[in-house]
Formats: sequence, C-alpha cells, structure tokens
Amino acid sequence: MTDPEGTRPTVTSTPPAASSAGMTATPSLAETDFSGDVGPKSIKESFTNYVQRVRGGDVGMLPAIGGLIVLLIIFANVSDKFLTKTNLANLITQAAPIILLGMALVWVLLLGEIDLSAGTASGVCAAAMGIAITNGGDLKAHLGSTTYYLTALLMLVTLIGAAVYRIWPAAVLIAVGLVIWFTHLSDNSLIAILLAMCLGTSIGVLTGFLVAKVGIPSFVVTLALFLGWQGVLLQFVGQGASINVGGRKFIFDLESATSAITPVWGWILWAVFAGGYLAFTLWRAAHNRANGLVADPISVVLVKGGALAVVTGVAVWLLNQNRSLNPLIVQEGIPRIVPILLVLFVILTLILAKTQFGRHLYATGGNAEAARRAGIYVDRIRISAFIFCSSLAGLAGVLSAARTASVDGTSGGGNTLLFAVAAAVIGGTSLFGGKGHIRDAVIGGLVIAIIPNGLSLKPSLGPQYNLIITCVVLLGAAAADALSRRRARATGVG
Amino acid sequence: MTETPLLEMRNINKSFGPVHVLHDIDFSVYEGQVTALVGDNGAGKSTLVKCLAGIHQIDTGEILFDGHHVTIHGPRDAAALGIEIVYQDLALADNLDIVQNMFLGREAARAWGLSLNEGFMEKEARRALASLSVRTIKSARQKVASLSGGQRQSVAIAKAVLWNSRVVVLDEPTAALGVAQTAQVLALVRRLADSGVGVVIISHNMNDVLQVADRVDALYLGRLAAEVRTADSSVSQIVELITTGRSGSIGLAPATADVSM
Repeated sequence: MTDPEGTRPTVTSTPPAASSAGMTATPSLAETDFSGDVGPKSIKESFTNYVQRVRGGDVGMLPAIGGLIVLLIIFANVSDKFLTKTNLANLITQAAPIILLGMALVWVLLLGEIDLSAGTASGVCAAAMGIAITNGGDLKAHLGSTTYYLTALLMLVTLIGAAVYRIWPAAVLIAVGLVIWFTHLSDNSLIAILLAMCLGTSIGVLTGFLVAKVGIPSFVVTLALFLGWQGVLLQFVGQGASINVGGRKFIFDLESATSAITPVWGWILWAVFAGGYLAFTLWRAAHNRANGLVADPISVVLVKGGALAVVTGVAVWLLNQNRSLNPLIVQEGIPRIVPILLVLFVILTLILAKTQFGRHLYATGGNAEAARRAGIYVDRIRISAFIFCSSLAGLAGVLSAARTASVDGTSGGGNTLLFAVAAAVIGGTSLFGGKGHIRDAVIGGLVIAIIPNGLSLKPSLGPQYNLIITCVVLLGAAAADALSRRRARATGVG
Repeated sequence: MTETPLLEMRNINKSFGPVHVLHDIDFSVYEGQVTALVGDNGAGKSTLVKCLAGIHQIDTGEILFDGHHVTIHGPRDAAALGIEIVYQDLALADNLDIVQNMFLGREAARAWGLSLNEGFMEKEARRALASLSVRTIKSARQKVASLSGGQRQSVAIAKAVLWNSRVVVLDEPTAALGVAQTAQVLALVRRLADSGVGVVIISHNMNDVLQVADRVDALYLGRLAAEVRTADSSVSQIVELITTGRSGSIGLAPATADVSM
C-alpha cells in the first residue's frame, strides 16, 4: 500500500513514526532482553541441556547409536570374523543400497507420508539402466514398440505435469531422460544411471500428483503403484529372465568391496569431509558467538567434530590396510561407494537444513495448515518430496543391481522397501512427519545391514533369526519414538 | 470522534447463498487503539474478519485503508496492506523454532538465494520479541513445541509485529490461557497498540475486553448493534448488547432487532 506524501489526512494526531509500528517504535524496551540468549556457555551446560532434552523426550539418534553399539558387541562375540577388515568393507557395500533408499524415504516421511512403491520403482529404474547398457543404448530393441512408447508417454505426461506445477528441476530431469530414452546415449554407463534417475523423477511426479492433487492417501496410492511397478518391471525384464549388468566394469565397481579408491585418496576424502565439517562448525560457532547469536560452545563443537574425525579416521585406517586373503594380491582402500554416498549425503543434508525449500518441507510436515497460511504452496512441496524420493530410489535401484550384478523380476520387491523405511525410523525419523534427517538413514541403514551381516558369519543361525532380530530392533526404535512423543507431550519439551 | 480511522469498512454486506450473514456493517480500526469485536456465536465476527483477511469477498460495501479505497481479493492483498490476522489456532509449526516460525514463508535469503540468512532472522526475531517485552521466552532458538500457551500467543503476535503490520486482528487470544498468561497476553496487546498498531481483538471474555480495549463493537445477528467506548461502558451493558442487540437508548431499534430474530 503506497501512500504518497500529502494525501494522508492531516487530522491524524499520531506522529508518523509511530504508525510504522512494531520493532522500531518502542526503543524503551531494550534489545538486551535477549542478551543472555547465546546458547549454552560451557561443555557442562551443553551436556546438562542435552540430558534434559533426552529426559524430556527428544531422544534423537540415541537409540540408533546405542543399538549399533549393542549389535557390534553381540556379533563380535558371536564370530571372530565379524570385526575384521574384510567384513567392514563388506558391511559397507551391503548397507549402501539400504542407506540410499532410506535417504530417499526420509523426504516423504518428513511430510508424514509414505512411499510403499519406492522399492519396486527402484527396480523399474534399475531395469531401464540394465536394458540400456546391455543393448547398446537401444531400449526399443529389448522392450518392443508398445512398452517403449508407453514409457515415453508416461515421461512426457509427467514432464508436462512438472512444468504445470512449475517444478523446473524435475521438468529438466525428465526432459533429459526423454532425450536419453530416444537416443542411444545410454550405452554409456553413467548416462544409463542418469536415465534411471530421470525415470525415477518421472515416477515421483506421478505419485506426487496422485497424492497432492487428486487427494488419495499416499498409503493407497503407493500400495497400488507398488503392484503396478512390479508389473512394469516384469514387462521390462521379461518373465523369468534377468539382465546381467555385472559385465560392465563401471557398474560392477560401484558396489563392490574389492574395488576401492587408493589409500591416499581415502585420506584426502577423510580430510575434506571430516576436516571440512569440523572447520565449518568451528567457524559457525565462533561467528555466531561474535555476532551475539545462539551458538554451541567451542569445546562442544571440538568434541563433536573430533569424535567424528576419530571414528571415521579409524575406519579409513582399517580400510586402507591390505585386506586380501591372497598374498599375491593387494586389496586396500575405501570401497568406491563411500565417496558417492558421502557426496549425496552432504548435498541432500544441505538442501534440507540450509535452503528455503528444506525449511518449507519441515514446516509442511510439522503443520501443513500453518505452512499454507504462511503462503507456502503446500501441494508443490508434497509433489517435490515424492520427486526426491523416487529419483533417489532410482539411484538406489542402480546400486542394488550393481551389488547383485543383475536385475530380475524381483528386484526392489520383497523386503527392500520395508528395510529402508525401518532404516529411516531406527535412525530417528518420525512416521508422523516433521522430524528427521538424512543422517538417520545412514545410521539406521548400518543397523539394518549389520544384522544379516553378523548372522551370516555364524552358519548355525538361519535366516529366521535375521528377520526376528530386525523386528525386535525396529520395534525398539519405534517404541523409543512413541514413548518420547508421549513424554514430550507430558513435559512440554520438544 | 476527530480521528480518521486507519481502516474503515462501510456498509458491508455478505451472503452465503440465501443466508444474509452481514447487514450493512460499519467497522473502523484506529491507529494505536484496541477495538474489541464482540457478539454471540453466529453474530458474524468471524465472517467480518475473514472478509478483512481476504478469505471471503464482500458482496457490497467499501473498505478504506488510510482513507483510500482498497479491494481485498485474497490473503496476499491483506498482507500487502499490512493487515495481519492471528488465528485462534495460531498456525505455528511445533517442530520449528521461534525464529523459523516467525519468518515462515518469508525467509531472508543470502545474496545468491540458495542459503538462508539465519543470523539476520534471529536478530530481527529477537528485536520483535524484545519490542513487545516478551521476557518469558528463554531463547529465540527454542522449539515452539516447548512453549506454553501464553508464550505461543506472544510469538504469534510478535510475528505480526515483525512484518510491520498496521492492523493486527487477534481471534480469541486468551481463550485457552490461564489467569497469569492471560494477563501477560493482554499486557502484550496493549503494548502492541501503544506502538501505533491498530488492534482488533475478538473475545468472549468481557473482563478482558474492558481491561484492554478502547472501544467495543457489538454485533448482533449480523448487524452492528452499537459501538461504545469502554470508558463509558460496563460489562452488563455490553452483555445486553450482545444478547438482545440493544441496551437502554443505544443499539438496534426494537423492530430491527425483532425482525432479525
């Protein structure tokens, strides 16, 4: 509202300064009211605050880390092969697909939604990748005209949908996917992986549209699509057939404990990420404190960053040792999947924590009505969350395929999705929305993967134990979340 | 009255299908004053406020802001004029902290627009809270889930202040609060008005109304029964206006009041 000078009625008795109101109009009330608001001042106070938060119900990652340590101790006693360098490398590659699918699911879980179709959708994406690299990029030759053009139609429709709702990154990705679909570019492994992700994006637009715009509950939409994508996967692969993707060295190396980066690169990686984290949090604490903002004490930051650096440093050191059982071969270094997941982890974490989109996602998950009244286009946030989920699921499908070196009609089916949901929940992501981090999927994924890993080292314990122990761990994590919520309501500490 | 209203609604009529909800309502908000909007359930308080907020469109009548004719087509128009509504359910996200809630949907971004300027937002949020002397809140980085009802109300009001609102409408701000918290919030409402904002408060609690408001507009079955100055009024008079539409010589003519029945 503009009010040109002079048009305002002159009878106003209030001075103009007061009409602009609010924060400038009442200098008598000191800003020093919050001068003490700089956060905890010592490591002791921080710790007391943390204990209070936990007692008040905000348990965070505590159950997951506790569970991880308990499982480590149990399995170390069950088998002397458990705490070996070889097994550590194996564990990482076993956990990677679960972790990545868990990272995908965090996006929809944050909104209090669920994507039951992420598993089979990841299978479809992986199949597209597999078909592309085994047919020299000529998808039509393998799929047949009908399936080929119908899939292209799905991508075109979702491309238009993404454009209509002005979700440009998704529209661009799907457009890229269409280009790859119609050319033979996907003979290149990297481009084939990109195709899998673009197909995932397209699937996400469809799911998001059905949930946010048509208004079907996500449980039902994704239950239906779970079946649908399973069917599409069978159509892609062919009944009883399987696509061997292990022949491509690039794909095979993605998820192999034997293909690793050199020890020097391992240390560089460690220095960049662990050191980078420590440097950034230190800088932020010092900068915030200097500017009178809430900040953690330097000592706490040092302890946190230091602990992370030590734990990851030990892991890097162990993995850099020669773990080959054959004296003629040297087998050392961090598995190649680790830097890939690390980069994804950092990017996704930054999007959630530091961008406006991430903030709006949390707000929508916490109180959709408040978000709507704040002018946030809630439907777009919902669709975007499903797009993130399915796109990442596409990449997770590629990892699974690389791990088993093949794609068949069961890829992404069975327990795949449920384990990924369990990973996120065990890590501390709430199924009620509004609470969760990308890191939850990492910790939870390690917990989920460690159970079959440890049990497999003791052949007398059959697969039944795997499922039962996973059940107990998941129930424990969910119970910790539910109890903490009840406690939070009772104490008012969130 | 010698002052010119900051906001003036004249002859407002609003129908929902065959139901005529608002009849020729005149309603004004003045700078630095608290105007109480009272009335029984279904008297049209919420409808009137929603017309002001742009959620409903008025059928006939005119709205003047600063003496200029304005049209309010949606919530964004109202916000652009500096009209902020604090709804009864407060619309705060429990999982976010105070700063994040106060800037929700209007976050300050850094130059390249990718990351958020947390330092700026934290300082501004504190300043808004401090300007209202909200002293009970320990830290601006507390999660809203950890706040009491009165503190939440304070945050919601401070959010309105943060955006330099000129008219703030409070829908039943004390309905869910205890005695001490009610006193806190009423003091806050007074300070808000003293800082030059035109405040509208909807309330069923006559004690609150008399304590904090400068004038009272009583609605009766979709009509404005009367506008009285709190100084010249009493609880019994306002209650009479709310329940019968008239009190002594003021209020609706008996015929009108009966027809409305």
